[in-house]
Amino acid sequence: MKPSLPQVARIVQIVDESPRVRTLVFDLSMAADPGQFVMAWLPGVDEKPFSLMRAQPVTLTIARVGPFSSAVHRLGVGDRLWLRGPLGQPFILPPIEAGQPPAGGTNGEALLLVAGGCGVAPLHFLAERARAQGWEVWVVIGAQTAADVILANRFAALGAQVRIATEDGSRGEQGLATDAAERLLHSTRFRMVYACGPEPMLEAVEGLAQRYRLPAQLSYERYMRCGFGVCGSCSRDGWLVCRDGPVRQVEIQREER
Amino acid sequence: MTLADLGVSLCGIHLPNPLILASGILGTEAKLMARVARAGAGAVTAKSCSLLPRRGHPNPTVLAWEHGLINAVGLANPGVEAEVKELRQARALLQPLGTALIASIFADTVEHFAQVAALVIEAGPDLLEVNISCPNVHDEFGTPFAADRGAAAEVTAAVKEAAAGRVPVLIKLSPNVSDIAAIARAVEAAEADGISAINTVTGMVIDLHARRPILANRSGGLSGPAIHPLAVRCVYDIYEAVRLPIVGIGGVSSGRDAIEMIMAGATAVGIGSAVYEEGPEVFGRILREMADLMAELGYERVEQMRGVAHW
Ligand SMILES: Cc1cc2nc3c(=O)[nH]c(=O)nc-3n(C[C@H](O)[C@H](O)[C@H](O)COP(=O)(O)OP(=O)(O)OC[C@H]3O[C@@H](n4cnc5c(N)ncnc54)[C@H](O)[C@@H]3O)c2cc1C
Ligand SMILES: Cc1cc2nc3c(=O)[nH]c(=O)nc-3n(C[C@H](O)[C@H](O)[C@H](O)COP(=O)(O)O)c2cc1C
Ligand code: FES
Repeated sequence: MKPSLPQVARIVQIVDESPRVRTLVFDLSMAADPGQFVMAWLPGVDEKPFSLMRAQPVTLTIARVGPFSSAVHRLGVGDRLWLRGPLGQPFILPPIEAGQPPAGGTNGEALLLVAGGCGVAPLHFLAERARAQGWEVWVVIGAQTAADVILANRFAALGAQVRIATEDGSRGEQGLATDAAERLLHSTRFRMVYACGPEPMLEAVEGLAQRYRLPAQLSYERYMRCGFGVCGSCSRDGWLVCRDGPVRQVEIQREER
Repeated sequence: MTLADLGVSLCGIHLPNPLILASGILGTEAKLMARVARAGAGAVTAKSCSLLPRRGHPNPTVLAWEHGLINAVGLANPGVEAEVKELRQARALLQPLGTALIASIFADTVEHFAQVAALVIEAGPDLLEVNISCPNVHDEFGTPFAADRGAAAEVTAAVKEAAAGRVPVLIKLSPNVSDIAAIARAVEAAEADGISAINTVTGMVIDLHARRPILANRSGGLSGPAIHPLAVRCVYDIYEAVRLPIVGIGGVSSGRDAIEMIMAGATAVGIGSAVYEEGPEVFGRILREMADLMAELGYERVEQMRGVAHW
């Protein structure tokens, strides 16, 4: 049996991303890929899943939404959290055509990343990997208001093109992330669409990908217990978010005749 | 060479093969149970359900340590009303595959066991498994029904009466007792149709840095490879003590382990924690290994191996 007990990790840095969201950097590294997650345990409180925002060192971006995340927000530098993972299936970057140099070798095609809420965390990890391989990356960050927009500068620092959509129009384009994504799909050649965020957003992104005949990779959330495909808590019609996912691969569907 | 026939009959119900998905592992949803059936299970057991919904214990609830799993999920379930709907869907999905459906129930009192049994039978499961490893609240010491001959027999009789001959009743025993054979005799006397054994073995894992048990419930149930020899011994003892068919459960993760259970006396074999390493596909692998081993050992049918370790 491959043990996967929690590993103790100390917080070495805390960055406030917004009034509700902070990023924690730990003194621990993992061999992991973008899209994978860890179960974070705070003894006496709870254990909950969080996507890796970075694996070396392990970095988590956590929104304060309930008892567990609030307890994590009360921690300071030097405090400990226990992490088990990496768990789940990662996002996969498209293969780069053989014989072409990575930079500019992506055939003028770009990757579209659509992030809602804390979905920015795994997509930031993905953007970092994709940029390192030479991919042109476009990111749409959707949020309710300007105050909820997070990591935009970090994506920009990676050399990604950033579009922001807020529901109240207080920053970037007014509307949903998917509206902004559709405008980009209209004007730019993409190879793959990636999305992480609330389920209605994922559904809309899947619809867009079908319409523009692009494969998509969507990352889902469910309440989790084991995190490794045993307890059945996270089933989505027989598909286990923790083990088969959290990333779901959506192929291009054949045209109906 | 003729291919070994893996079919077995459990309490008069035909199973295409003796491998059964154990309760509480992936048994939460109809489509998930159907997926395990397609992966090769001869029967699937649903997660145990109670009269009312239960949230279960807070996390951490399930961990993988070096030699198996430990869990204290706390019998989280949506309650029997929602369970009946799920089981009906599961039945419709399993029937074309020829896979049997086993409902699983638990309760806090004998009366509630009978009530849940009567309700869950409406969904038409092929078998009904009764998880008596939970604490008996009638007893001021909170001993599980499975640890007391009288309590185990009372639950068995009450559920049998509620089942009214419409579905065979399996009583699932706990290994956390001094004499499992005595409990088996008591449930046989109360007219159980079969016995499932074993449930998890009480254990604990402590984190050295946190200086406390990792499971929120502190203690939990061990399963997987760590408990396999213990489970084989229980099945062996029960087989000596009673004439009822036995579903042998505990740490089975290979064809070898499954045949060992059958040689100890099991009619069918439960698989739970083994899905941890390979997912539902573990059923296909164990079946292939069983067929190969049967050919090697010179057996054509599963029942030829049953109980041969007793001499
Ligand atoms: C694979 C995976 C990766 C995740 N990655 C991150 C991440 O990187 N950053 C992050 O902040 N969070 C992430 N989450 C979500 C995080 O696990 C939950 O927000 C967690 O439940 C917070 O615990 P809590 O006790 O603070 O709040 P809870 O009490 O669990 O929740 C507070 C409120 O939020 C609602 N809620 C919780 N989870 C969800 C959900 N999945 N969908 C809709 N509503 C929900 C609850 O209903 C409740 O009203 C991830 C979840 C999964 C499954
Ligand atoms: C996560 C988990 C949940 C379980 N839930 C139940 C349950 O609800 N009812 C039950 O009778 N047994 C339950 N069990 C016990 C199993 O059905 C089985 O008896 C035990 O795990 C031993 O088999 P194994 O080693 O193949 O896992 C559970 C086991 C695990 C690991
Ligand atoms: S959380 Fe247990 S199966 Fe996914």
